[in-house]
Amino acid sequence: MARYMFLLYDAEDWWDTADEQGVVDEMRLHEEFEAAVRDAGASVVGGEALERSSTASTVRRGADGALVTDGPFADTKEALGGFYVIDAPDLDVALRLAKICPAGNVEVRPVLETPDDV
Amino acid sequence: MAEMDEVFREAWPVVVASTARLTGDLDLAEDCAQEAVERALRSWADGAPDNPVGWLTTVARRVALDRLRREATLRRKLPLLVEPAGDDDEPGPTDPLRLVFTCCHPALAVESQVALTLRLVCGVDVAAIAAVLLTGEAGVARRITRAKQKIATARIPFRVPPDDELPARLDAVLTVVHLVHTAGHRGSRTGLRNTELTGRAAALARMLVRLLPAEPEPQALLGLILLTEARGPARTDSAGDLVLLADQDRSRWDRALIGRGLALTTAALRRGPRGRFALQAGVAGLHAMAPSWAETDWAQIVTTYDA
Repeated sequence: MARYMFLLYDAEDWWDTADEQGVVDEMRLHEEFEAAVRDAGASVVGGEALERSSTASTVRRGADGALVTDGPFADTKEALGGFYVIDAPDLDVALRLAKICPAGNVEVRPVLETPDDV
Repeated sequence: MAEMDEVFREAWPVVVASTARLTGDLDLAEDCAQEAVERALRSWADGAPDNPVGWLTTVARRVALDRLRREATLRRKLPLLVEPAGDDDEPGPTDPLRLVFTCCHPALAVESQVALTLRLVCGVDVAAIAAVLLTGEAGVARRITRAKQKIATARIPFRVPPDDELPARLDAVLTVVHLVHTAGHRGSRTGLRNTELTGRAAALARMLVRLLPAEPEPQALLGLILLTEARGPARTDSAGDLVLLADQDRSRWDRALIGRGLALTTAALRRGPRGRFALQAGVAGLHAMAPSWAETDWAQIVTTYDA
């Protein structure tokens, strides 16, 4: 088994229109996803949803010390909105799960395994 | 010597794949396959043994085990190829197929798929691959190294995909084979046909036909390749300039190749479902059967294009 981080990127206009029902629906999608992960012989090791990217602060360390700026590191139309850490047997299983993960775009990155982890 | 090349070409994917299964390491498998070929060149001076593929595989696997033993502590930390549980290490007939599907995994860029397939499945050297991809040797070497690292680190499994994923995954493999074939023809504008590459593409397609006998699309692609090759001699004039299909001297087409291409194409079309290579091969077949440009069965060609 190996761990993969799923980085969920989406347009953020959802925040402008979502009502209570929208939030409930979204939560249910994620619960269904987590059930599908377990059915696939994988497991959810961790994960969080993030507040919208306009609430982010970025610290850049340069030669003159640290500079704090308002906003995310990469200001893109589709912003990082959440992540999962999934334990899966191989990339094929991880990609199959990423395809049903409730997000418009999912980057799948293997987690660096250090000797202590193994 | 040409015969010997043929032996090595056929053995290469089997040797790399079964050594990779033993060691879990594509890099090491490639090195050891190379080493086995070099040893064969030295010790086969009086002719190849009865089972050259078995000889090369045994030598490559033995070299690999020796190196693993020597570097045991160093290697323990490196990620290895992922294999489904329960598979044993013995060489098997599907090993080359596993290798092809791993090299043509959709999580790799298409250029990387082409480079890896040419290197690991066809045994083409980096300089020749650079010529195919129209890029520099250093770039190709870097691309191949990164792709191998991704296969190990991201755990792209070394296996033939399950039935529900096979059509899409096979299509990716056939796309790579087709690209290799097309690259072999790119030189036709200058009168140079890279028969080395077109031959490799045909050999790859033949291997897929042999190992996936129930699938129509590999047959169709092999048919398309043979039909294209059959017209090769007529494609350029004595000055080396390209001759359009309408103006080609059809007596220079290779009738035997056309016969084999048509048989494969017809079989693939009959079996169905008709994939994109079956339809392309169908069009190529209709052109190959026509006695002249004017007498071509255009109505049927239009039907095929619309399918």
